[in-house]
Amino acid sequence: MNVCKTGKIISLLSIFILAISFFNLSLYAQKNSCVECHQELEDKLLAPVQTFKIDIHQQFGLSCVNCHGGNPSEEDIELAKDKTFKGTPQRSRIPEFCASCHSDPSYMRRFNPRLRVDQLDLYWTSEHGHLLKKGDTKVALCTDCHAAHGIQAATHPKSWTFPWNIPQTCSRCHSDKDYMRDYKIPTKQWDDYKESVHAHALFEKKDLSAPVCNDCHGNHGAIPPEVTSIAYVCRQCHPSAGELFSQSPHKKAFDEMELSECEVCHGNHKILPASDEMLGIGERAVCIQCHEPDSKPYQIASRIKESLDAFIEKIHHADDLLEQADRQGVEVSEPKFRLIEANTALILVRNLTHSFSLTEIEEKIGDGEKVVSEVTRAGEDALREAKFRKTGLIIATCFIFLLALALFLKIKQITKRAPDESP
Amino acid sequence: MKNLLQSIYSYLDSRFMLSGLMQFAKKKKVPEHKHSFWYYFGGICLFLFILQVLTGILLLLYYSPSVDSAHESIQYIMSQVKFGWLIRSVHSWSANILIAAIFIHMFSTFFLKAYRPPRELTWISGFFLLLIFLAFGFSGYLLPWNELSFFATQVGTDIAGTIPLIGKHIKTFILGGSEVSGATISRFFWLHVAVLPLLTTIILGIHILLVQILGMSKPIGIPEKEVKEVPFFPNFILKDSLGWMIILVLIGVLCVFFPWEIGQKADPFAATPLGIKPEWYFTFMFTTLKIVPSHVFSIEGEVLAIFGFMIGGILLMLVPFLDRNAAKERKNPVFSFIGWIVFLYIVVMTALTYLLPGL
Repeated sequence: MNVCKTGKIISLLSIFILAISFFNLSLYAQKNSCVECHQELEDKLLAPVQTFKIDIHQQFGLSCVNCHGGNPSEEDIELAKDKTFKGTPQRSRIPEFCASCHSDPSYMRRFNPRLRVDQLDLYWTSEHGHLLKKGDTKVALCTDCHAAHGIQAATHPKSWTFPWNIPQTCSRCHSDKDYMRDYKIPTKQWDDYKESVHAHALFEKKDLSAPVCNDCHGNHGAIPPEVTSIAYVCRQCHPSAGELFSQSPHKKAFDEMELSECEVCHGNHKILPASDEMLGIGERAVCIQCHEPDSKPYQIASRIKESLDAFIEKIHHADDLLEQADRQGVEVSEPKFRLIEANTALILVRNLTHSFSLTEIEEKIGDGEKVVSEVTRAGEDALREAKFRKTGLIIATCFIFLLALALFLKIKQITKRAPDESP
Repeated sequence: MKNLLQSIYSYLDSRFMLSGLMQFAKKKKVPEHKHSFWYYFGGICLFLFILQVLTGILLLLYYSPSVDSAHESIQYIMSQVKFGWLIRSVHSWSANILIAAIFIHMFSTFFLKAYRPPRELTWISGFFLLLIFLAFGFSGYLLPWNELSFFATQVGTDIAGTIPLIGKHIKTFILGGSEVSGATISRFFWLHVAVLPLLTTIILGIHILLVQILGMSKPIGIPEKEVKEVPFFPNFILKDSLGWMIILVLIGVLCVFFPWEIGQKADPFAATPLGIKPEWYFTFMFTTLKIVPSHVFSIEGEVLAIFGFMIGGILLMLVPFLDRNAAKERKNPVFSFIGWIVFLYIVVMTALTYLLPGL
């Protein structure tokens, strides 16, 4: 009995000592003299503590010591900055500083097995990396695009590298005329991009798949695309147009003249929404940039535009008929649905213009026109139906009015004939 | 020819006592005074109900009550069936005008105190007819299976589900499950074309019979000399027919210029669209539920409002027994005042639903 009691006391005592030890250990583990000191400081020395609160590294349990070394458990500044302390890396050493972890596959796998570990290798292939190697420390480094202590995952909408923030991140340097003076490259890319169809898709429609700077130039390996590669960059998202162009006679001519394919007609940063005005021989047509009047390609361009315009006009006419019928209350949802087919044909025709083949384009327009003529007939029928309804209403109303008049007269007659009905 | 008609009439008369009925109609008198205009709304309601029955029967030829085909069949009726657009539009427009006419008929009867003895049962049967036609409206609204009706039914039945103790059971019974589905459309169709028409035939029969037996009430306080009496047949019937013709023309104009829309097919997986609301005749209750505080003296506001409407409905039904002054042919301004408050409340709340949708 006594043995049992003593055992119980020893067990309770052990639990108590263990609890005290863990409590102390947890206090010890939480101690971070870097933060304790820096949060008492101001401006640049305080900023790391404040911004690190939202940093992705902090979310994965990493702290100052993991990048900067030292001993954060020591309160004394001298002891805290022991021989492992690295402090702030030199600007030119930042890529390697970050890569010490980010290029280590076995280390990175612990946190995110899907994360790439070739950023440093790519960086050295970039224009930024080339210049850094030559000793130019003004070029973009990891911290310029990702921040130093407030780094957020690229999937975080507030991250500097989230799609709709990337153009601004790049433009911090590339739109700064003074900063870019020595490099002799344009600084209006951001202004141009803002007017582009891609910016509209990204900022207005919130379409995150719309291309931003890094989609065409690369990110860690950022470099201006060569003339020969621009077409392949565009083909990443526009493969069909690219394929049609490759099969067209323009491909050979462009290659011979060393012209970048898509960019010649559509531009680069300021890629405006493609319009039908770009085709043909009008003022805004791109065909006349190269083709002389009265040349065969010039005539083909003119005919393509004429056929396309005529097709669009027919679609508009059919649509207009359906709208009129709809406004007049006739049910036209089926022909409206059918008209979508014609609009799909129009999209295909517009894409087909990259083949510059009049035969193919006219064939596709022919398919669309069959649908349009069916819809037009349905629209005309619907309008006839609307007219029939109104005529029917007028006739029925007249008939009812006559009947009502006859009734009214009859009532009057009855009332007159029997004035003695009143009490 | 004349002899043939005469012999047909004689044949029918000897079997159906037609001359007796004619005699009754000719002898029956209807009071005529400065308020007799309101009498015609009863006849208008009957006419609109007949239109409902006729157009409803025709719609049954093509309507298919299932999730996969309800919307498509309505689309087919509206676009392919000869005069389908007219039949469906007449059905929908006349249904809405009928509800409005019933409300007008009820309030005019209330303010003219026509519910006083011996017409208590006429009033009560009329009250049940109002409920039945509201149920007709609620069940018919879902049948086209469009986005608006789908979500409005969802919202409507959710409200019914908040009634303590029995709410969930009522909701499950109405929907045929926990949410609006194929079972609901079958149930609503069953209600709309079988149960409610049967109940209507019985109660409307009683209502009309009572009106014929007891005649029309004369308002309290109108001097006898100002009240004429005209024969029910042909005078009143002819005037009634004139009203029906006006309504028919109105419906025709509405159908031609504003055919009843089909809407987008309901997608049960889509998010509830913004600003969803029930049919206009339920909006005064809907807006009340929206503006009522979440809790009133620790009772849930919504539950309290539903109980309020239920008690209000019961009191409305029992008005002939509550208004003792009217029973003694004396005016009762208290009841008229309450009536006006209720009328204005319904009008204001309905208007607010459309004028301040974000309320």
